[in-house]
Amino acid sequence: MNMLATTGPVIPEYAKHSVSCVVHNHTFCWSWATSNWSSVLWPALRQHVYLVLIAVSIGFVLSMALALIAHRFRWFEQPTILVTTFLYTIPSLALFELLVAPVGANLYAAEIALVSYTLLVLFRNILTGLRAVPAEVLDAAEGMGMTRTQALLQVELPLALPAITAGLRIAVVTTIALATIVYTIYDAGLGVPIHIALGEGPFKTELICAAALTIGLAIVCDGLLVLTQRALTPWLRARSHGG
Amino acid sequence: MNIAADAHTEGPSSYVRAAELELREVSKRYPGQLIPAIEKLSFTVPAGEVCVLVGPSGSGKTTAMRLINRMIPISGGDILLGGRSVLDRNPRELRREIGYVIQQIGLFPHRTIEENIATVPRLLGWPKARIDARVAELWDLIGLRKDELSGRYPAQLSGGQRQRVGVARALAADPPLLLMDEPFGAIDPINRARLQDEFLRLQQQVRKTVVFVTHDIDEAIKIGDRIAILREGGDLAQYDTPAEILRSPADEFVAQFVGADRGIKRLSLIALEDLTLLVPDDSPRRDAPATPVPRVPLTMSGRDALSLLLTSRATHLLVVDDDGAVRGNVTVELLHRRLAEDGAAAGTSARAEPTAGGGTWVGAVSSDGLDGKRQAAEDVDGAAKARSGA
Amino acid sequence: MHEFVEAFKFIGRNGAVPGEPNLPSLAHLALETLKVGAIGVGISLVIAVPIGLWLGHRHRGSFVAINLGNVGRALPSIVVLAIGDAFLGLGLTVVELALVILAVPPIITNAYYAIDSVDPDLVDAARGMGMGEREVLTRVELPLAVPGVFAGIRTAAVFVISTTTIASLAGFSGSLGDIIANETSYHFSGVLGAAICVAALAFAVEGTLALLQHILTPRGIRAGAGESAKASMGQLGASAAAQT
Repeated sequence: MNMLATTGPVIPEYAKHSVSCVVHNHTFCWSWATSNWSSVLWPALRQHVYLVLIAVSIGFVLSMALALIAHRFRWFEQPTILVTTFLYTIPSLALFELLVAPVGANLYAAEIALVSYTLLVLFRNILTGLRAVPAEVLDAAEGMGMTRTQALLQVELPLALPAITAGLRIAVVTTIALATIVYTIYDAGLGVPIHIALGEGPFKTELICAAALTIGLAIVCDGLLVLTQRALTPWLRARSHGG
Repeated sequence: MNIAADAHTEGPSSYVRAAELELREVSKRYPGQLIPAIEKLSFTVPAGEVCVLVGPSGSGKTTAMRLINRMIPISGGDILLGGRSVLDRNPRELRREIGYVIQQIGLFPHRTIEENIATVPRLLGWPKARIDARVAELWDLIGLRKDELSGRYPAQLSGGQRQRVGVARALAADPPLLLMDEPFGAIDPINRARLQDEFLRLQQQVRKTVVFVTHDIDEAIKIGDRIAILREGGDLAQYDTPAEILRSPADEFVAQFVGADRGIKRLSLIALEDLTLLVPDDSPRRDAPATPVPRVPLTMSGRDALSLLLTSRATHLLVVDDDGAVRGNVTVELLHRRLAEDGAAAGTSARAEPTAGGGTWVGAVSSDGLDGKRQAAEDVDGAAKARSGA
Repeated sequence: MHEFVEAFKFIGRNGAVPGEPNLPSLAHLALETLKVGAIGVGISLVIAVPIGLWLGHRHRGSFVAINLGNVGRALPSIVVLAIGDAFLGLGLTVVELALVILAVPPIITNAYYAIDSVDPDLVDAARGMGMGEREVLTRVELPLAVPGVFAGIRTAAVFVISTTTIASLAGFSGSLGDIIANETSYHFSGVLGAAICVAALAFAVEGTLALLQHILTPRGIRAGAGESAKASMGQLGASAAAQT
């Protein structure tokens, strides 16, 4: 790990100012942030985004598959809930280490752990969403001659979107938070600068930068998902006029 | 039978495409149940007619309907649509050629009115232009204002409007058969009557074969060309026209089901314009009523006329046409006579007969010659015109 | 899989590492974890449950309840701990502060929904029978809210254990996380062993709370208790949709 104190300021003009700020470990040194953006912060952020993107995508696909099975075969729900809850209960630090043994201290272990934590929320929400489709709407769809697949794709899934997005929001936000621990087994993510900062004092500026990026990322992703859902569900915005 | 290719986009009123429906010894037995839901049910619905399946709950009427489009698997017997067995068809393809309207309607909340209506045409792969044209012409057919409601979602419509969209959706691909399961059951009585009238108007235009399920005998009488009364266990008690069922119920069950007031119900099937109205008497009468004689339209049903006669103090009602011209009189006696005539299986004809004491009596005469009340005829020609205009 | 064998041996030795006689034992660290966690959960309970119940009973502040849950989820444990360490120094107090900050949101959110979603018809019927406000709360709403409230407590408890171990990454010593953070001394077999213990601890806590919930849930709704608890978790998800 790169020890920060040994690297000098990148921008010579601010040499005196930033070194002083950094050396005295003031709460926040803006100059440090700008000068270390491309070398420290941006890579960490990028890696973090990849980690989360991969985990949530895989988790979503898996959960969707499980939910579709449980939607078709009711008995499947209970065992799935049991397994996903089991995984969810294992504390993150422990799960990462437990996976290192069979898989190794690498990206795979990190992703398996992150994916595991998304399953419970996504599975439950997708299933709830599918089940919330009114029975008469399905009856009409079938009565008009839609195949099972057509009904699923054209009717059930669109109507389940609100519940699905709600689950995605939770999954994304929790995964962003959990990914800060990935660094313990794999050198990636915003946990890395946090770890470095902790080793130096802790170095406040770096800490705050990493913290702000993590939380900011969560807010942005959450907001994007909300906007996406609003865009995809125009019928929910149309309020009934009655009459 | 490929209906889709033949269904066209011009006005539906010029196009008649309806198929005959035959149920042949249809049975449905649910596993583990001793008594079958339906046992050897057989009847035929001629093309273009409305057959109402009516009966108490448990009579299997909805089951029978759902067997037709194979939403429920059949246990025995056969169902033929246009002479071809539905069991030979792929169920999904079959259903795309049968209109399906259910009580809760089941409109897709996430689709606009147009998209809902266009569902089956899209499933059938119609080109967009054709779908748009068809949707456009359906707006008028179901009586909804396109300029007001275009692009709206089901949540923004009232119950009555939703039901109309449901009917349009069922008609979109111009199917030869329409299945309707208590479609107006969830609507309030006022709008229900309106929707029933709309349905009758629509049926006059499109002339589809319709199987209509209801538990309401009055609705059945109003809407049906034929009524199939089912007993518990799917047993067909009687299958006939409404007038015939009311006139001669097959057994105690049917008689009870149609109600003890079936005589009055028969009058609801007759409009005043169907009657041979009595010629109005303009001569001053000693017992002229203090209140003016009520005027009623030609389109009023005999039943409503009877009700008005009983509640008002008038001895007769003046029947007027759209322009307000008086066409004749109706009395309780006339209505009574008409029921009796109907009861006797006989034809009717109109002829003028001179009566003793002057005046001409113009009225419907049956072959067994009934004695009617004598009215002074002012104008035989006018009365004859009234008769032929009715 | 021989690492797991080694790990279990490590556990069997109560965490003793040959050549390092001064390391705290496994049992000690496990107990410390429990202690720290228990204090954290205890304080959080005392703060969060009344607030959540009160807000839900009044059917007010749903905005707060929902968004508190969202905010809580977005705070990574290590960030809170690291900031605590940077600005306040990481002692037991600061760790407990961090635990409370992280545990309060899910407890409030779940307690809120537990009471908020009690069938209003039931409350109405109770009032109609002549129950006063306090009686409605204690006899009708609270018993029905037990599963939901416990769902929040269980979530928070597991989360607290997790965060307590993470605290060791930030420099706190006094939990099983110490072992995981110190692979140099304990070797991977120790780390793995500690991880197994942490997981076991989490299940033990979860199981105990589930048992407690079962005991405290009124018999009449016990059959559905599992469903309600699960439902409230899903509710958390669905409720987030409600605010869009």
